[in-house]
Amino acid sequence: MYALDRKLLRDLWQLRTQSIAIALVIACGVGMTIMMLSTQRSLDQTRQEFYDRYRFGEVFVELKRAPEPLAQRFAEIPGLRDVQTRIVVSAFLDLESLPRPAIGKIVGVPTLTEPVLNRIHLRSGRPLDPLGTREAILSEAFAGEHGLQPGDVIRVILNGRLQAMTIVGVALSPESIYEIQPGQIIPDPASYGVLWMSEQELAAAYDMDGAFNSASFTLLRGASIPEVIRQIDLLTDEYGGAGAYARRDQLSHKFLEHEMQQLRSMGTVVPVIFLSVAAFLLNIVLSRLIHTQREQIAVLKAFGYSGTQIGAHFLVLTLLISLLGALLGTAMGTVMGRGLTQLYTTMFHFPVFRFHLARDVVWYGWFVATGSGIIGAYSGLKNALSLPPAEAMRPEPPANYRRSLLEVIGLAPLMSPIARMIVRQLERTPRRTLMSIIGVSLATAVIVLGNFSMDSVDQLMHLMFSETQRYDVLVAFAEPENRDVEQELRALPGVLRCEMFRGVPVRLRHGHHTRLVGIQGVTPGNDLYRFIDAKQRVVELPPEGLLISAELARLLDVTPGGEVRVEVLEGSRKKFPVRVAARLDDFSGLSAFLEIEILGRLIGEPQTVSGAYLQVDRTEEAEVLSKLKEHPAVAGVNLKRSTVESFQETIAENLLTMRLVNLMFAAIIAMGVIYNTARIALSERTRELATLRVLGFTRGEISSILLGELAAITAAGLPLGCGLGYLFAMVTLQTVDRELFRIPLLVLPRTYLLAISGVVCSAVVAGLIVRRRLDHLDLIEVLKTRE
Amino acid sequence: MTEQRDQAAGSGVTAPAGSPVFSARGVTKVYQTGSVEVHALRGVDLELYPGEFVVLLGPSGSGKSTLLNILGGLDVPTAGTVRYLDHDLTAGTEAALTKYRREHVGFVFQFYNLIPSLTASENVALVTDIARAPMPPDDALRLVGLGERLHHFPAQLSGGEQQRVAIARAVAKRPEVLLCDEPTGALDVSTGVIVLAAIERINRELGTTTVVITHNVSIADMADRVISLRDGQIVETKQNDHKVSPEQLQW
Repeated sequence: MYALDRKLLRDLWQLRTQSIAIALVIACGVGMTIMMLSTQRSLDQTRQEFYDRYRFGEVFVELKRAPEPLAQRFAEIPGLRDVQTRIVVSAFLDLESLPRPAIGKIVGVPTLTEPVLNRIHLRSGRPLDPLGTREAILSEAFAGEHGLQPGDVIRVILNGRLQAMTIVGVALSPESIYEIQPGQIIPDPASYGVLWMSEQELAAAYDMDGAFNSASFTLLRGASIPEVIRQIDLLTDEYGGAGAYARRDQLSHKFLEHEMQQLRSMGTVVPVIFLSVAAFLLNIVLSRLIHTQREQIAVLKAFGYSGTQIGAHFLVLTLLISLLGALLGTAMGTVMGRGLTQLYTTMFHFPVFRFHLARDVVWYGWFVATGSGIIGAYSGLKNALSLPPAEAMRPEPPANYRRSLLEVIGLAPLMSPIARMIVRQLERTPRRTLMSIIGVSLATAVIVLGNFSMDSVDQLMHLMFSETQRYDVLVAFAEPENRDVEQELRALPGVLRCEMFRGVPVRLRHGHHTRLVGIQGVTPGNDLYRFIDAKQRVVELPPEGLLISAELARLLDVTPGGEVRVEVLEGSRKKFPVRVAARLDDFSGLSAFLEIEILGRLIGEPQTVSGAYLQVDRTEEAEVLSKLKEHPAVAGVNLKRSTVESFQETIAENLLTMRLVNLMFAAIIAMGVIYNTARIALSERTRELATLRVLGFTRGEISSILLGELAAITAAGLPLGCGLGYLFAMVTLQTVDRELFRIPLLVLPRTYLLAISGVVCSAVVAGLIVRRRLDHLDLIEVLKTRE
Repeated sequence: MTEQRDQAAGSGVTAPAGSPVFSARGVTKVYQTGSVEVHALRGVDLELYPGEFVVLLGPSGSGKSTLLNILGGLDVPTAGTVRYLDHDLTAGTEAALTKYRREHVGFVFQFYNLIPSLTASENVALVTDIARAPMPPDDALRLVGLGERLHHFPAQLSGGEQQRVAIARAVAKRPEVLLCDEPTGALDVSTGVIVLAAIERINRELGTTTVVITHNVSIADMADRVISLRDGQIVETKQNDHKVSPEQLQW
């Protein structure tokens, strides 16, 4: 080993605490990258395998009822590969364990063969017996939630008739990796599940022999999805086609994609924060090291070491720190990735979901870590290289101090000598002071960023479940009903209030933009489902014209006053233009509202309703629910309370874990920044502080100079960090797809308070460590050695 | 630093035979310190010969360190030329100067400038690692009488020992030239004598052209030639007919 390499290792050992602090920051950045991007890759890969193996469709269409021969005509569409027609209905699942009805998505499957598309993966039990009757396979999440196993019996209300079915298996499907009820944003496995049964039996129950109401397709390579969709729409138009849609609009896929997108964007943004902090720390530590070693560098140059050799020497030092961080980060990322994967298995249902450490992600992490090391080292190295040897041998001229700005503006009389020293020191190295402040503010911002989601999600829940949806029970009818049904609902004991609505699936067109959505016809004076905008104001339903959500307006590129074309996808399939009356800047995804009477007239079905919002007396809730379940027209009942509870159980728990991890990382940043700043300040000022001690200053007094500096930096960094955190939160929300729902940007004082206290605690700990060193200052030794 | 005006007398200097190792012509160095121009050297002419032991004498600020730095390729003059054998030190690039220092020059500084994180032996190895035909580091340390303290860190050595490590470090590569800037400036008399004896031994046994800077007049007695500087100019050059051994020096 060369002597210079020995020096390297000993310097590194000397700087071990600082090096570890920096390596930890790098490790956090690399760890987060690896965790998020690797998990995202694992999700992507697992999903792809699941899709391929179980032949998940690429295009889907639901329709009213079409004869089986239509499948032949589908097959003639150029670009189509496979067609799978089937019957899918919604029905009540009657469970003894559940007072309210659960909704089942009932899917008919062939019993003699495997379906061409959308096959299921059996977790337990057996496939449906071709000779068996009344057999069912349940989705795993639902079965698990209710403790149902093969052999148990489940009662299903098929087309108004109660049927007891034997559960023969529990399964997963690529269609419902995220098992969520249409119209909801949170899965509620207690009230929603999928049930597969024999297609003959299902057809018989719904009088659908020789017909289907749902089809899935796969395409040949290179086929144009929009063209295929257009062709399918043409064919299904006369059969009540609700508009074909591609996989990216399939509900489960969309939520999964949404999650992966979040992982991708966080996995890209977050490491940038950590690694810029690391670069900054490396910069101050290396600059200081080179500064204290200027004579050593001069000697090396005098003996004929070239600038390149000396530069490489210090570069390797930083790279070793980066490497240590990258190694630690890879280990952390792997462990955390496994944890995150575990967490996802409770949300997403895959046959097998294992965490795979993606090699290119690891390379990427290492590359960024090394890059931050080099960027951090750059200015220090430049100094080391350009240091003229002859000059470096001479003692450094005394540092150039000036009266500080605060003194110039006349605050001098208010300042003690110690305060003056602090302020002058901070002003003398403005770049470093600024960087330290930025470092502290980044730590603050990371805490804000890691915790604001709680505020925002709470806010979303509040706006959605307390302000917008003020009903207790949502009732959906199987078919549009005559308005008279309102009287029946009102008559139910326990129903305090009832508001009817009419939902119509439509295709909205504006220019070349089109979107499949539902228009909801709303009863004027609506109070159980209100429109709340971003500023939490109640928006009135316009007397005429469409009220559309801001996100839908954006996608259609339409502004109030503009006109959109409506193509109704049910009933007599009317097409008509409607003026957009107002835009609702709210947090739901895509929505459109129209006065219920106007909507009824426009679609040619006046006086029809498709559901109701009910306010129910809590004490009579069970009674109301069971009455609703028996009502022949009712196809779905949603108890809002259950949705909210389910959310709080699952999501809140996950959020908590994430917040803790985040808090820990932020503490590492804060400690890293403050500790290193303090150590540098200490090493620069040891002599000065020792002199003061000799002059009779107490330990407390000299500590207050150094700690005062840290306090000033921390105090300056905190408000900046709160602002920066808000900004990061805004950027993060911006990168998230807003079609499913929009998360409001809200950072509560509690989050700022948490961030501030987190950083202050870290600062105090760092300060105490430095203070301990100050207390052990060997005055004689310090003053004897030449600086 | 103490000011000590040397009043060394005598003239009639005869140059030693052979072609010079160094020849400097009209060397001028001007520093810019803030708004002040400092004329460190004002037209110095100088020749140094193989194996010669030269003492550069002068008060602080006389320009002797600047001259030494220029001879050693650490600095370049503002005007004038300096030649080392067939190298033009004033025309060279930074890389050429680095190569020159690496191959031909050994430095000893007043404050030793050892790398604190390296042991005595490792400090010497620092130089032998990059030299063409060095002596083993431990031999160099034995040469200065430190064979017993090879694995001590600078902080574990006395000032004189540290300076001898610095000398070993300078000579381990068998340089043609040894340049010493106030090698005894930070040492007491008895330690200084040991250090000077080490330098003298190198000069005598290895035939290294040696230049020692000092403001201590008595050290001049051990030189072949004494060159006095004041205000950036050579004011006197004196040939010693009779060299005194370090042990006999008095100061």
